[in-house]
Amino acid sequence: SYFIVFQGEGCRTVPLSGHVGFDSLPDQLVNKSVNHGFCFNILCVGETGLGKSTLMDTLFNTKFEGDPASHSQPGVQLKSSTYDLQESNVNLKLTIVSTVGFGDQINKEDSYKPIVEFIDAQFEAYLQEELKIRRVLHNYHDTRIHACLYFIAPTGHSLKSLDLVTMKKLDSKVNIIPIIAKSDAISKSELTKFKIKITSELVSNGVQIYQFPTDDESVAEINGTMNAHLPFAVIGSTEELKIGNKMMKARQYPWGTVQVENEAHCDFVKLREMLIRVNMEDLREQTHTRHYELYRRCKLEEMGFKDTDPDSKPFSLQETYEAKRNEFLGELQKKEEAMRQMFVQRVKEKEAELKEAEKELHEKFDRLKKLHQDEKKKLEDKKKSLDDEVNAFKQRKTAAELLQSQAQQAGGSQTLKRDKERKK
Amino acid sequence: AGPAETKNEAAMSELVPEPRQKPVVPMKPVGINASLLGYIGIDTIIEQMRKKTMKTGFDFNIMVVGQSGLGKSTLVNTLFKSQVSRKSSGWNREEKIPKTVEIKAIGHVIEEGGVKMKLTVIDTPGFGDQINNENCWEPIEKYINEQYEKFLKEEVNIARKKRIPDTRVHCCLYFISPTGHSLRPLDLEFMKHLSKVVNIIPVIAKADTMTLEEKTEFKQRVRKELEVNGIEFYPQKEFDEDLEDKTENDKIRQESMPFAVVGSDKEYQVNGKRVLGRKTPWGIIEVENLSHCEFALLRDFVIRTHLQDLKEVTHNIHYETYRAKRLNDNGGLPPMTVETEENHESNL
Repeated sequence: SYFIVFQGEGCRTVPLSGHVGFDSLPDQLVNKSVNHGFCFNILCVGETGLGKSTLMDTLFNTKFEGDPASHSQPGVQLKSSTYDLQESNVNLKLTIVSTVGFGDQINKEDSYKPIVEFIDAQFEAYLQEELKIRRVLHNYHDTRIHACLYFIAPTGHSLKSLDLVTMKKLDSKVNIIPIIAKSDAISKSELTKFKIKITSELVSNGVQIYQFPTDDESVAEINGTMNAHLPFAVIGSTEELKIGNKMMKARQYPWGTVQVENEAHCDFVKLREMLIRVNMEDLREQTHTRHYELYRRCKLEEMGFKDTDPDSKPFSLQETYEAKRNEFLGELQKKEEAMRQMFVQRVKEKEAELKEAEKELHEKFDRLKKLHQDEKKKLEDKKKSLDDEVNAFKQRKTAAELLQSQAQQAGGSQTLKRDKERKK
Repeated sequence: AGPAETKNEAAMSELVPEPRQKPVVPMKPVGINASLLGYIGIDTIIEQMRKKTMKTGFDFNIMVVGQSGLGKSTLVNTLFKSQVSRKSSGWNREEKIPKTVEIKAIGHVIEEGGVKMKLTVIDTPGFGDQINNENCWEPIEKYINEQYEKFLKEEVNIARKKRIPDTRVHCCLYFISPTGHSLRPLDLEFMKHLSKVVNIIPVIAKADTMTLEEKTEFKQRVRKELEVNGIEFYPQKEFDEDLEDKTENDKIRQESMPFAVVGSDKEYQVNGKRVLGRKTPWGIIEVENLSHCEFALLRDFVIRTHLQDLKEVTHNIHYETYRAKRLNDNGGLPPMTVETEENHESNL
């Protein structure tokens, strides 16, 4: 027997009389994570030509491989690439997934489907690993999407219905950060109106976008401010131009130069700050504890598992697993039984057939036998009658011979007599 | 539907399930040193992670096993510089030795440097104290497995908690009596059985009864005996992650362990400093003085360098082993029932 008593839980802590050293625990944990490496997976959803790859290049200060996509894709596809980046002692496995051909089709009703399927497939892969009996979760390469950047075309008017439909399908599966792409196409005043329109459309359609967390005091303020700037109006550029005495990422127009990292020109810096420097870990955590858990719950319920039965024993996944397995085996057995019955039946039928045949044969045999017997009898009768004839003949012959011999004796004299008479 | 069904069966028959077709992932691990091209800021993830873990806090569960009188409670109090053991929490010091092995767990929340830790100390009074000690490790093994079971049950729920409460034993300090000769059969039996389910750290208790030479010889003999009996104590050789780990752990395994310790919660004045120690007619034994005993090594090992690793080995290895076995056992609810918190209070 044992019992657990918690003293000082929640408010009163036990005083320490000296330095113990467990304040190094966060460091121990972080060091292990650093040794292990980190994963971060971004999904870029947007029409062809909105600058998805350029923005990724700009965000991560590099030129990722790949050619620009054409507009003539038959359907929406997803292209995924993984890169190893290193900064200080941090090793990051970055995966960038981009839609290809999104928004190019005439009929866009199913455009969102490949995206949803892709996201679900990553959850599914993780779930399968988690359900394995021998699993290696701590070494698993996590491919689940941590952030979805949704690229909105800079029309200046409102969201396209494709955007609304797609975002609605994705908002319970992934952290959505909406951004206005190529925002140098819109003037400042139009931009403000555009942002307001977009936000109100998202709200009225019940689309849940990712909110930068405000529960931790150290980041509550900055996150709160940034939430108000969504959707971020971004510009991407990997070209560096000399502005003043510094080289800066910019786009050159006849009427002026747009600086990517100038917060007065666009929200690129805000995006980088939020996505990478402040909330990367929260994005990963939300993906795991919220989106993945929801997927898992739905999937397991769909498969027929359920949790606690309120009035009796709690069902566990394992028990239901067992129950399903037994059910399956039972089905198998039933099928086996049915097959066996059928087999027995067939055998019986065949046996009956054969018995019939045997019977016929016997009957035939009997008939033949009878025929044979009849023949035999006939022959015997004939033989008997012949024998009788022969006997009768023999008798007559014997009688005749006797008569003849008698006649000869008497007749010898008779014959002499006859002969004498003839001589006279 | 079709694919769901086949996946269901596949999962049940434990074949490696085929994940759904993802689009082609051209794995191009391009080693780009990002710092050359301009600062991105991905190294800030360390700070982000640290902040999050500080907020959630930590659990640590340590078990002490050994015959009564070996100073287990005192040592735990010394380790955590606080009255955290059972003996300090209102129980009678004169209480009788129980007739069977009992498991008594007591939890406290301690805080240091902004880090909150829920520490649970699990005591095992009655172990090794009977005339017949056969199978006295069984209640302990049972307790350890029950915690794995609790965690597993929570983990397989459909709707599960954000943070599963962790009552699993992360570390088991086994107290060896300082006879100076060799390990007792009970010591070997216990460690043989339990080293497979929990991290065991053997310590030589009340080491102030041995001279330095006696200590060194005894430690050597104990290490040899453990090796001969195939007992893998923590840190286990097979879980060394890389060369760095192996080098560091080899040194600990082959030279330092088992730590010969002395515990005390009393302070004395030595050379103008207040130190934890034991006062004897022939001098004051300073607990944290490395030339007197190895307490500081044990403390640094368990708390300052390997605390997180103890938890990770428990979670990634011992727990996984238990889980795999449980899920493999065909048709298997365990015969044991897990007592709930409600039952606990009534035992008082």
